[in-house]
Amino acid sequence: MAPAVPRSGDAIFANVERVNAELFTLTYGAIVRQLLTDLEEVEEVNKQLDQMGYNIGIRLIDEFLAKSNVTRCVDFRETAEVIAKVGFKMFLGVTASVSNWDTEGTCCSLILEDNPLVDFVELPDTCQGLNYCSILSGVVRGALEMVSMKTEVTWVRDMLRGDDAFEFQVKLLKQVPEEYPYKDDE
Amino acid sequence: MAREVSESCMDSLLTEIVSSYCNVLYATKPELAARRIEAIGYQVGHQLSERYTMERPRFSDHLEAIKFICKDFWSELFKKQIDNLKTNHRGTFVLQDDKFAWLSRMSGEPSTETRGSAPEAGNKAAETTGMHLYFPCGIIRGALSNLGIPCAVSADISNLPACSFVIRIKV
Repeated sequence: MAPAVPRSGDAIFANVERVNAELFTLTYGAIVRQLLTDLEEVEEVNKQLDQMGYNIGIRLIDEFLAKSNVTRCVDFRETAEVIAKVGFKMFLGVTASVSNWDTEGTCCSLILEDNPLVDFVELPDTCQGLNYCSILSGVVRGALEMVSMKTEVTWVRDMLRGDDAFEFQVKLLKQVPEEYPYKDDE
Repeated sequence: MAREVSESCMDSLLTEIVSSYCNVLYATKPELAARRIEAIGYQVGHQLSERYTMERPRFSDHLEAIKFICKDFWSELFKKQIDNLKTNHRGTFVLQDDKFAWLSRMSGEPSTETRGSAPEAGNKAAETTGMHLYFPCGIIRGALSNLGIPCAVSADISNLPACSFVIRIKV
C-alpha cells in the first residue's frame, strides 16, 4: 500500500504555525460541554458539532489545497488516502488510515487511533449516543463538498465508548462535474 | 515534546464558537451568546491553570498570580508574554498584548469600518470582534478563579492590533 500513497503531510505540518494542542483539546471539550447544557438533546449536539465541522471544512479546503499542492485525485480512493495522510496530518498532526472499501469504491472508513480531540476526555453515562468527534467528520464532509463531492458521514467506532479506534464512514453520494473556465495546467 | 496542532484548527474553533452562538443558537439574544462564549473560555482557563500550576507552590499574593498569567500562562497559549502590565495597586490590573494573536488574523478592522460608508456592516464587524473577546476574557477569569482569585475581566481594543485585558479583583 505504501508505494501507492507517496504523499504525506509531515513536511507541511512541520512548516505551518502550530499551537499548544492542550488549548485546542480543552476548548473543544468546553464547547461540547456547553452545547450539552444548552441543547439538552444529545442528537442535537451531534448535529451542531457536525455543522460546525462542515463550516470549518468549507474554509479549510482552501488552505489545504494551497499548502498541499495536491494535484487532482483520479478517483475517490485516492481522495480518501489524501485526506487521511495529508489532510489529517497537516492540521491535527496525526495520520488516519483508510479501510473497509465497498466494491464500487465509493464508500470507505477513515480510522484514527491517535486523536488529539480526546486527550483527557471521559464521557459520563449521561452522554450515551454522543458522537464526541462529530466535528471531524463534519470537516471532511464540508471540505469534500467544496471540491464537488457530496458525501454522507456516519460514525462507526468511538474509543470514548470503549471501541479500539475512532472510525467514521464516508459515502460518496454524488460527484458534481466541474466546469473550468480556465485552462488547466495539468 | 508537547503535542501541537495547526494554528488553523484553533482559529477555526474560535470562529465557530462565535458564529454558532451568535448566529444560530442565540441569534436574537447577543447578551446570552456572550455569556455562553465567556463560560466556554472560563472552563478552558480553569482547566489550563490547574494543569500549569500543578507543580508550583501557591502564589503569595495577587501580583504573583497575575505575573504568572502574564508570563508562563500566556507563553503556553500564545508563545509570547504579555507586553505590558499596569496596576493601580487597588485590585485593578491592565494586561496589554501588543499584537494579540486571536485578533490579528480576523478580517477587517472594526474601528475604521464603523466610520466607513456602511455603518451597519461596520457595527456587525465590531460586534463580532467584541464577541471574539469574551472567550479570552473567560480564559483569564477562569485561570484566576482556579488560583482562588475571583475577578471580572473585560477587554479594550481601542488600540488595535494591541489588546488590553482589564482585570478587576473582587474584594
